[in-house]
Amino acid sequence: MMQSAADMPVWAAIAVAFFLLIGSGLALIGAIGFLRLPTFYERIHAPTLGTSWGIGGVMLASMIFFTVSSGRPVFHELLIGIFVTVTTPITFMLLARAALHRDRAEGNGNVPDKPNRSQPAGEDLGESDPRKG
Amino acid sequence: MSAIILFSAVSIAQLMLAAAMAIASLRMFRGPRAQDRIIGLDTLYINAMLLLVTFGIGTGRVIYFEAALVMGMLGFVATVALAKFLMRGEVIE
Repeated sequence: MMQSAADMPVWAAIAVAFFLLIGSGLALIGAIGFLRLPTFYERIHAPTLGTSWGIGGVMLASMIFFTVSSGRPVFHELLIGIFVTVTTPITFMLLARAALHRDRAEGNGNVPDKPNRSQPAGEDLGESDPRKG
Repeated sequence: MSAIILFSAVSIAQLMLAAAMAIASLRMFRGPRAQDRIIGLDTLYINAMLLLVTFGIGTGRVIYFEAALVMGMLGFVATVALAKFLMRGEVIE
């Protein structure tokens, strides 16, 4: 590490350290919230802290580090950042719908009932019968 | 000077991400229902990916970036498949 880092200017080292600490600190805070919040529907909000600015901070630090240390612009970390930013809402929305479906099917309290619509059933993913394809 | 700053920042970041991974795996083992375990697995994947990128900054090699990219894609596919299984009872219909 020290061969490539020793000849780095101090401002770049400070910027890399700042974004790295912001990213990993937010990931840690998100994990602690994920452990401590009481119900599932509150708990699902906490890890998004790590997937938004946690990813963003670490990827910015990596981009600054490799751009300064290799002397040419390096932007390939944007690929991971964009991919995670796009896919995290999809996974968490699917999981929240699955949890809502399970809670409704088992009759657990504290979840809203099915919306009573006049449209044919199966329009909403949360109210369709799991037996029928 | 800059080597000391970078080394200490990378060390602290690795400690923080390892603690976040430990907390996520604790929730994955303890979680009361299956959806909690799945979100614990997803958080574990994300934090392991961040830890790999931090290793890449620490060693100055680009090879860790590709491992992190593969890990992110596999984590997304695994979580979507598990959520589909919870919703429907089967993954491919």
